[in-house]
Amino acid sequence: MSVAGINVLVDETRARTEAAKAPLLSVRGVSAYYGSIRALKGVDVDVHEGEIVALIGANGAGKSTLMMTIFGQPQAREGTITFAGQDITRLPTHEIARLNLAQSPEGRRIFSRMTVRENLQMGAAVNGGKHFAEDLERMCVLFPRLRERIDQRGGTMSGGEQQMLAIARALMSRPRLLMLDEPSLGLAPLVVKQIFSAVRDLNAREGLTVFIVEQNAYHALKLAHRGYVMVTGAVTMSGTGQALLDDPQVKAAYLEGGSH
Amino acid sequence: MATGSTIGAVAPTVGRRSGAAFPEMLKDSALFALVTLGLSIPVVAYRTDLGQGTGLELTGRWGVVAGLCLAVFVLRLGQRLLLGEVARRREAHRLATAEAPPVAARAGRVLAPLTLAVALTLPLLAALGSGGLSEGRYWIDLGILILTYVMLGWGLNIVVGLAGLLDLGYVAFYAVGAYSYALLATVFGLSFWICLPLAGLFAAAFGVLLGFPVLRLRGDYLAIVTLAFGEIIRLVLINWVDFSGGAAGLSSIPRASFFGIPFTAGEGGFASTFGLSFSPMHRIVFLYYLILVLALVTNLVTLRMRRLPLGRAWEALREDEIACRSLGIDTTMTKLTAFALGAMFAGFAGSFFAVRQGFVSPESFNFLESAIILAIVVLGGMGSQLGVAIAAIVMVGAPELLRNLTFLKAVFGEGFDPNEYRLLLFGLAMVCMMVWRPRGLISERTPSVRLGSRAA
Repeated sequence: MSVAGINVLVDETRARTEAAKAPLLSVRGVSAYYGSIRALKGVDVDVHEGEIVALIGANGAGKSTLMMTIFGQPQAREGTITFAGQDITRLPTHEIARLNLAQSPEGRRIFSRMTVRENLQMGAAVNGGKHFAEDLERMCVLFPRLRERIDQRGGTMSGGEQQMLAIARALMSRPRLLMLDEPSLGLAPLVVKQIFSAVRDLNAREGLTVFIVEQNAYHALKLAHRGYVMVTGAVTMSGTGQALLDDPQVKAAYLEGGSH
Repeated sequence: MATGSTIGAVAPTVGRRSGAAFPEMLKDSALFALVTLGLSIPVVAYRTDLGQGTGLELTGRWGVVAGLCLAVFVLRLGQRLLLGEVARRREAHRLATAEAPPVAARAGRVLAPLTLAVALTLPLLAALGSGGLSEGRYWIDLGILILTYVMLGWGLNIVVGLAGLLDLGYVAFYAVGAYSYALLATVFGLSFWICLPLAGLFAAAFGVLLGFPVLRLRGDYLAIVTLAFGEIIRLVLINWVDFSGGAAGLSSIPRASFFGIPFTAGEGGFASTFGLSFSPMHRIVFLYYLILVLALVTNLVTLRMRRLPLGRAWEALREDEIACRSLGIDTTMTKLTAFALGAMFAGFAGSFFAVRQGFVSPESFNFLESAIILAIVVLGGMGSQLGVAIAAIVMVGAPELLRNLTFLKAVFGEGFDPNEYRLLLFGLAMVCMMVWRPRGLISERTPSVRLGSRAA
C-alpha cells in the first residue's frame, strides 16, 4: 500500500518535472507580419504548466499580435509555436481552439444578441457540451453575477459583466491554458480586482495555466508568477513578477504614475 | 410605489415641455409649408397646355399650391401634437410595465397558432366564404402564392437571418429547383416525388458551389457576388438553349399526382379512386396542402436547427466571426451548411413552382424575385419565423388586395387603377417601416434556451 503510494508519488513527481522541462506553450523565434510590416521580431516566450505568465508593454508593442499569432491569425512567418508538444504554427484558428487552448479575445467579443447561457453554450461547443450543466454551475460560482444574468442578452450587460462572461465562455471548454487579452480594458478598478482575483483562484485551486496580456502592468505583474516585457515587437525583459515590479526600468516605463 | 413616484416626477416635465413648445411647433410646421412651397413651384405651380397654334402655354395653378402648403402645415402640426401625446403615454406605459414580457413574445403566442389555424383551414374557409370550392379558387391560388413566398422567406432566413450572410441571388436556387424538376420530368420522365428531393439536392450543391468562393467575404462584398451569381444562373438559362429551352422556357411539365394517382377525370384518377365526382379543384387543394407541408417542414427544420450546435453556430457567426473561430467553430463548414440548407429549401420551392405552373422560363427568376424574398426577410425581422410569415402575407397579399379596391373608382374616376400605385405604396410602406420599426416587424430574438427548459 505504502510502496504503491510512494510509486504513484514518484511517478507524479517525474511527470511534473518532465512537464517543467518542456513548457506547455513555447513560442520560439516567432515573426509575424501585417503586409510588409514586421509586427513581431523573433519573439521567445514560454508558459509552463500551472503558471500565470504576464506579457506587458505599451500600446502597439505587439502584445495582442503575439496572442493572435499563437491562435493562428495572422500565422507566424518565421519561428515555431508548440502547445503540449504539438506544433501549432500552421494550424487554422478553430483547430488550435480544439486543443484545450482557450482565449478570451481582445475587446471581449461576446455574442451580444445571445443570452449569457447561449454564450456559455458556444464556449462548450468544442467538447460537444458534455459537462455543460456542471461547468455552468462552476462558472456561476466563480462569477455569481452571471447567475443573476443567465437569461439576459450579453450585449445588455455592463463591461465588467461582459468580461466575466468572456472569461467564463473561454473556461467552458475546460482548457489547459487560458489566454486573456487585456481583461482590464475599460473597466472600473474594483471590477478589475474581482476579475484578477477570480483568475488567481482558478490558478491556485485548479492549477489552471494562464497567459495574460495586459497594459495594466502593476496588476498583471502582481498576479503573475513570471512576466515578459515587450517593446516594438520584441521581448526586452523577463523575470518573476516581483523582480519586474522592482526593476527600475520597468518602474519608470510602465508603473510610475500608472499605479498606487 | 417607487414606479408610481417616478411617473409623477416625469409626467409634469413632459407636459411642461410640450406646452412650452407650441410656438416652436407652429414655427416647425411653417417651415414644412415653406419647403412644400419651394418644392411645388417647379413641379405643381405651372401646367403646360397646348395653346392656340403650335406652342405650349403655361397655366398657373397657385390655388393647388396654396392648398398643398396648407395641408402640409396642418398635417405637420397635427403630427407634432399627436406624437407628443403618444410619446408621453408610451413613456408612462413603459415605466408602469417595465417588467412585462416583450410584446413580440406575447403577440407570437396568440398570432402564431391563429395564422397556422387559418392556413390549415383556408380551402374550407374559401369554399364557405365564396359559396363553393370552385368559386373559392381565387383565394386558394392566392394562398398557394403566399405560402410559396413564406417558404422562400423561411429558407432565405437561414442564410440571412440566422447566419447573417447577405444573399441577393437567392432566386438562383429557386431556379435550379424549378429547372431540375422540369428537366428530370420532361427528359427522363421521373415523377414529382422522386424529383422533389433531387431538386433539393441539386440546389444544395449549387449553394455549396456559391459558398466556396464567397467564404472570405462579408456584408457588401458578399451581396455583390451573390447578386452576380443569381444573374449568371438566369443568363445561362436564357442562353443555353439546347439545355434549358432558352428564353422560351420549358412547357408541358407533368403535373403532380396524388402519390402516384393522377388528378384526371377518367378511370383510375383521383376522383374515381376515392369515389368522388371529378373536380379540377382537387388538384388545386392538393397543391395548397403540398406547399403548406413543405413550408411547415422548412419552419420545423429551422426551429430544430436553432437548438442544435450547428444552428447556434450560425447565429454566433452572425454576431462575431472571430470569436467563433477562437471558440473552435469551423466557420467554413458553418457557412457552407447555411448556404446549402437555405438553397435546398429554395430548391424544394422551385420544384413546387414548376409542378404548379407546368411551365418555367428564366423570366420568373429575375432579380426582383430575390429582392422581394429578401424584403420579406428584412421586413419580418431578421431571424423571426413568425415575422417572415406575416411579411410574406403583407408583401404578396397586399398587391392582390389593391387589385380589388374597385370602389376607389367611384372616388377617383373610371380611369383609376389602384394596381398602378403598387410600387408607390410599397415604397411608402418600406419608408414607414424603416422609421418606426427599423429592425423588422418582430425584432425580438427568442433565445433558443430559457431558464426552466432543459439545457441541451
